[in-house]
Amino acid sequence: MNPALIPEFDRLKARFPADFGSSLVLPCLRRIQEDRGWIAEEDIAGLAAYLGVPRIQIEEVLSFYTQYRRSPVGRWHLEVCRNVSCSMRGSERLLGHLCKKLGVKEGGSTPDGRFTLKTAECLGSCGTAPVMVVNDVYHENMSPEKVDELLGRLD
Amino acid sequence: MAKDARILMTFPVTATSHRLDEARARGQYTALEKALKTMTPTEIGKEVTASGLQGRGGAAFSAGRKWSVIQLDDGQPHYLCANADEGEPGTFKDRWILENSPHQLIESMVIAAYALQVRHAFVYMRGEFSGPYERLQGALDEAYAAGLVGERILGTDFSCDILIYRGAGSYVCGEASALITSIEGKRGYPRNRPPRLTVKGLYQRPTVINNVETLSNIAWIVNHGSAAFKAIGTPKAPGTRLISISGHIARPGVYEIEYGYSWKRLIYDDCGGMLEGARLKCVIPGGISTKVLTGEEVEGLNLDPAEVEAAGSSMGSGGMVAIAEGTCMVRLLQVLLRFYHHESCGQCTPCREGMGWMHRIIDRIVAGQGRLEDLDRMIQISRLQDGNTICGMGDAAGYAVIGILAKYRHEFEHWIKNGSSMFEGNLECRRSS
Repeated sequence: MNPALIPEFDRLKARFPADFGSSLVLPCLRRIQEDRGWIAEEDIAGLAAYLGVPRIQIEEVLSFYTQYRRSPVGRWHLEVCRNVSCSMRGSERLLGHLCKKLGVKEGGSTPDGRFTLKTAECLGSCGTAPVMVVNDVYHENMSPEKVDELLGRLD
Repeated sequence: MAKDARILMTFPVTATSHRLDEARARGQYTALEKALKTMTPTEIGKEVTASGLQGRGGAAFSAGRKWSVIQLDDGQPHYLCANADEGEPGTFKDRWILENSPHQLIESMVIAAYALQVRHAFVYMRGEFSGPYERLQGALDEAYAAGLVGERILGTDFSCDILIYRGAGSYVCGEASALITSIEGKRGYPRNRPPRLTVKGLYQRPTVINNVETLSNIAWIVNHGSAAFKAIGTPKAPGTRLISISGHIARPGVYEIEYGYSWKRLIYDDCGGMLEGARLKCVIPGGISTKVLTGEEVEGLNLDPAEVEAAGSSMGSGGMVAIAEGTCMVRLLQVLLRFYHHESCGQCTPCREGMGWMHRIIDRIVAGQGRLEDLDRMIQISRLQDGNTICGMGDAAGYAVIGILAKYRHEFEHWIKNGSSMFEGNLECRRSS
């Protein structure tokens, strides 16, 4: 675990009630992932030691929540919503277009490490469907043309 | 009656309308001043109970009754959580508040925290909501700096901190007990009741969890009084409702309607009717876990929970999906079942196994390998889940399945008999020729 994060975690801890130590698991993991891009073995050991929680609790959290990544992803992490409202507004065509354009299957990464393509369930963007999230930023009312334009801007 | 009252969406949204100075110019935080300086916690609780305010997350439970379980003088810490885990497919109305009117929520939360004698309040927000998070955190920073949250609020003896706790990708964490388990830094597994969360909630302390929209009404109720609130809506469902409408509709978005508002008026006047002038096939009224209603069924209906219930469904989470003629309901159900299967937390056998089973069945039907007995099998699995799981997700998935099969069974039979869809597997809106 990056020791530079410790002072930040200390400040976060101070904002919670005194007996809420276990609550820090999720926010700390989020921060570690922002820092490294994914969660490595040493992060789990380091965080368990820092928080004084059992290692298994961290493993359980990591395997339960979909946003945590146990391995590196592409520089640009693309997530296409495929739930009901987005499907009704063309997300299946959008996903097909992306697979073809990037030459990857759903869940795959391009060999140059630029893109990882994933699907997501409802992202609360149904009124501006279809939505694609790129590294946590929502891109709404998407179309194959807009995707082409967007991908061109991502190095 | 026109039914045009507004409580939450009362101002034009601009690039700066979410900021504290503009919110204050609209009268935000006057209710907080009134509550902290002229009312006792008990008086606020009584006012909320008298208003008849019901939960806006889907279950429509009385907010006042939930609050009344908290014993103000029990000597324990109490906690308040705003449920901003909005994840029911088709629902994006809380996002409107978080992004466009965050001070409405913050002011209401501080009042609620005072009424419930809460020192630490939380907003549990789904992990994907990065935009809403930035907005709400920005608003909290403004409110802290202005002495509206934190130590000795508005110079009174009352102190309360509000923390945003971000989820990490889990539908079930929108369920109140799963939400609490998630804030404890664990897997979001729902808990059995009793004990109720208002008795033993977060870290086994009395905890109130209210939906973002529910809480956001509190400031208005304190300012205008419970009688004024009750005068809006219908006698059994007072107030207004944020409806997020999406799907094959010309102007999707969030609309505030007074309870009892005409359904037809919402779809055809406010939302500009269906895409490409298509005919309305059916509506998912309040999130995918509510039963579909056909175009004919909603024709003369009002957005009144009692009327929607009498028609066999529910207003649920306010996430309305309008579906045009020519849409394939088999593919639609496939999308729903893939979702439920993906999101089952795996704790209870009927849901964990049932969702996967139904997902495999629908995939098989779509692959042209379906059997007629599959349809009764899915209904049987749905009934087996109903009431036999810790949280309501098992029940809800079953309602979606039973609702669609009850009205569109012929589409499934067609696919099974002919190996193909009646509507070419269409989910997008195509003008019928």
